Amino acid sequence: MEVNRRQFLKSIGLFTILGIGGWSAFELLVPGQIEAQYARKKEALRAKRWAMVIDMTKMDEEIAKKCIEACNKIHNIPDFYHPVDPKYKVDPKKARRWEIKWIWLEPFEHAFPDLEEKFMPESLKEKLFVVLCNNCDNPPCVRVCPTKATWKREDGIVMIDFHRCIGCRFCMAACPFGSRSFNWGDPRPYVNYRNPEFPTREKGVVEKCNFCAERIDQGLLPACVEASNGAIAFGDILDPNSEVRRLLREHYTIRRKPHLGTEPQVYYIIM
Amino acid sequence: MYDGGKVIIGLIVLFIICTFPFFYNMGRAAKAPEPKLDTPAIKKLPEWERVCVQPTPWMRANHMRLIDQWRNWALREANREYIGFNGKRYTISLQNTCLNCHSNYDKFCDECHSYMGIKPYCWSCHLQKPKEWAKGELKEGR
Repeated sequence: MEVNRRQFLKSIGLFTILGIGGWSAFELLVPGQIEAQYARKKEALRAKRWAMVIDMTKMDEEIAKKCIEACNKIHNIPDFYHPVDPKYKVDPKKARRWEIKWIWLEPFEHAFPDLEEKFMPESLKEKLFVVLCNNCDNPPCVRVCPTKATWKREDGIVMIDFHRCIGCRFCMAACPFGSRSFNWGDPRPYVNYRNPEFPTREKGVVEKCNFCAERIDQGLLPACVEASNGAIAFGDILDPNSEVRRLLREHYTIRRKPHLGTEPQVYYIIM
Repeated sequence: MYDGGKVIIGLIVLFIICTFPFFYNMGRAAKAPEPKLDTPAIKKLPEWERVCVQPTPWMRANHMRLIDQWRNWALREANREYIGFNGKRYTISLQNTCLNCHSNYDKFCDECHSYMGIKPYCWSCHLQKPKEWAKGELKEGR
């Protein structure tokens, strides 16, 4: 059969249309199985920007210890001083070096080194302050992460994806608050209470407080807030009617190292 | 052919060496994996509700992609609810949703993974259900 140029071009055009139209029609009729089939939970707490106000006038060491214990239990945080099995015992020096801290206590001069005065109220100077990740609005740890394993969520929480963390510890160097801890070894033998709803971590990843993102998404307040007996308030700082905004309006508050420009979102009422 | 005998013997030896693994393993095929679904949580469900979040053949082929996406949705977008193929809503969580039903790690996960020579490292962080829980002897998940 003789095909001239005109017929050839026509047939090419026809088959092109058939090819494109045919395939997309096929796609339309049999859509891919992985469609966006997910939603935010109805009960999830929502905010434009989460923040925390710690009232140090109500907070004493006993409440602080309760908060810390609640956090440690819920997040399967290892205690290297007390292994589950005595055969994993490590000497206290190493245990201190390996320590994993999400929320912990620091004296005033460590928590607020730039605010320390030679002559200041003894009660303040000797007080232990509850410190945790400030979930900064301008987080330097996020900027330095080479794998995007840490990022700022839409509601301001600085998250870590442990799957993606390569353990380079740039974020630890970047954080001016020492809020991040590195897993120098397998933490499992040192997790005394295992919360079955939360994973442990493995050797070689960095971890820190996540403002209990997993609890917020289920409609629960952070564990430390619940255990604090009202000494810690948690809420949306961009909502003028929120509890945290009310406290910030009524009290003078300080933040840790605000001059560094990381915009920490944990506020302290000191007197 | 020069040195025909030697060449032929050499070829035979080569053939034997190359095909040795096949002859050696003949009749010793590894048993095909049979993942078991007889966990307490699954048994409790009525017959018609014994479905996963997607149909079984799809899950068999794509479960790893699904849980990879689950992680990103839950962690990065705070979307922790998955709508299954039958419209049922599930919490996006490997430890709290998948493992509640599939609590028999050895007989469900390992069965195929060992057969295929795959070693996923899910369990160095995610906590498996204890053996007693998988047998239905432990009420609480610890």
